[in-house]
Amino acid sequence: MLLLIARRLGLGLLVALTVMTLAFMLTRLSGDLAISIAGPSATQADVEIIRKAYGLDRPLYVQFFSWVGRAMVGDFGQSYFFKDSVSNLIAKRLPITLTLGLVGLSLALIISIPLGILAAVRENTWLDRGVTMFTMVGQAIPSFWLALILMIVLGLNLGILPISGTGTWQHFVMPGIVLAFTAIPALTRLTRSGMIEAMASDYIRTARAKGLSRARIIFKHALRNAAIPVVSIAAVQLGFMLGGSIVIETVFALHGVGYLGWESIAKNDFPVVQAVVLVLAAIYIGLTLLSDILNALLDPRLRTG
Amino acid sequence: MSALLDIEDLEVMFGGRSAAVRGASLQVEKGETHCLVGESGCGKSVTALSIMNLLARGGRRAAKRMSFAGTDLLSLSDREMARLRGNRISMIFQEPMTSLNPAFTIGSQMAEVLTRHKGGSRTAALERAVELMGRVGITAPEMRLGQFPHQLSGGLRQRVMIAMALMCDPELLVADEPTTALDVTVQAQILRLLATLKRELGLAILLITHDLGIVARVADRVSVMYAGEVVERAPTAELFRSPQHPYTRGLLSCVPVPGRVQRDRPLGSIPGVVPAIGPGFAGCAFRSRCSHADASCEREIPRRQAGSAHDYLCRLAPEFSEPQPA
Repeated sequence: MLLLIARRLGLGLLVALTVMTLAFMLTRLSGDLAISIAGPSATQADVEIIRKAYGLDRPLYVQFFSWVGRAMVGDFGQSYFFKDSVSNLIAKRLPITLTLGLVGLSLALIISIPLGILAAVRENTWLDRGVTMFTMVGQAIPSFWLALILMIVLGLNLGILPISGTGTWQHFVMPGIVLAFTAIPALTRLTRSGMIEAMASDYIRTARAKGLSRARIIFKHALRNAAIPVVSIAAVQLGFMLGGSIVIETVFALHGVGYLGWESIAKNDFPVVQAVVLVLAAIYIGLTLLSDILNALLDPRLRTG
Repeated sequence: MSALLDIEDLEVMFGGRSAAVRGASLQVEKGETHCLVGESGCGKSVTALSIMNLLARGGRRAAKRMSFAGTDLLSLSDREMARLRGNRISMIFQEPMTSLNPAFTIGSQMAEVLTRHKGGSRTAALERAVELMGRVGITAPEMRLGQFPHQLSGGLRQRVMIAMALMCDPELLVADEPTTALDVTVQAQILRLLATLKRELGLAILLITHDLGIVARVADRVSVMYAGEVVERAPTAELFRSPQHPYTRGLLSCVPVPGRVQRDRPLGSIPGVVPAIGPGFAGCAFRSRCSHADASCEREIPRRQAGSAHDYLCRLAPEFSEPQPA
């Protein structure tokens, strides 16, 4: 078990290094940073001053290692646009994104797991078909559309929830629902197929031959095995939710990390872009590690590493 | 005295079209080892599963009588049947590698049978599990409690299944080809174990197999199944000495017996395969493969007596002779 964790941690570090290299290279590939920072009205002299001031005149590898070196101790430099340190910017925005992601994932799990189990134990009934229909429709609905509909109905017509901003917990309900909807279809179908497979297995036949109650068969013996792929996908989905919530953060005016990343790309604020990419990658790596550990806890065959 | 398990005219249908079991009758007495033999696809496993009411979805069972120790199994609710399963009737399966849940320890899977049916503490149930694992010849039983199925060999897993089936002191053990997936030496150990358990615990065993070698070694009585029917029933020695049904004779001729089989002569075989029988089929299901068949085989076939405990389903009159090697 410890060996497994150590091995996965090492792998995670390698991935992080790769992401750092790629993030650094890709921002450099997008053009001459000194020119884009200086703006269209700048003279050649201005550009040269900026190039020197930001250290862009140094060789690439020097720039890279100085960035990596400082990033290791949490210093991502200054934002060119916000006049604040990148670390501060991210520290301020990360809680918003994390809250949104956790609300979204919790909602998604609370809805999709019972729904998947229900569809599986009632396989091929109208209930099962209804659930399948719901997941298909859910998959097809674009999140910006759902966001706008919810804003109109819950926010404007009924007036029970605020439509934008981050003031109170109520502000996270609607974005949470919309974000949950991006994961619900996949998680529901995965739970359903996992449960159907488990319920048809030999060990469930054994559990029935042992005279166990239906509830124990479904929730102990079958769900434990069906949960393994759901946990893996849920972790990846959470990563996707955190990094990919740009649309939702924009629609609901939630100034989270996704929104920050988008703003910085538009403004060529490359230290921020690099840091955002790295933070999101670190979150992904952390979640993958977490899902590996959870899976090993669920499935003893994976514990030997 | 009525039998422990008494089944008369069992029918099992899947999807209303194919009949897997057609009017099978079977009696298992207290404390006997009863073998149900036949080729693949003749309805042995389906019969076993229908006793447990564990048929796959879409399977329906019906019978004139299906009773266990005087209880009518057909009228029990799912809940009442679950109270019987694993408690008074246990079952073990052909697939030891996949029959245990990979996610739980051996101890937890064994203990839950006892706590479910008899109550009591988990600690007491684990003690019982250790005792039974010792009894079925598992070494270091205390260590096994914390192990997972994937850490055990196939033979050990089948022993665990047997020990688990014994947790509540059942009166009947239904064993569906318990040794088919195991290698020969392990097979012999498991069979010896079953024979010992039967003798020491007074356990009745319904052993399903296609292997006549196993039948000869462990069975007290035999029911031969063909295409969903029990075509011949007899005490083991009598069945081997004077088989009556042409199918039984065919089966016996397929088994090499030292001294009786000549070198360079082919072993017997039964031409063809078990036919799929649809509704409305009448007469003998074996006639398409039988060398004695004539037009009268398409009519209703009588059940003939060939001894006090020996009957068979064929138009041919009993003859008392040694089986002829084909």
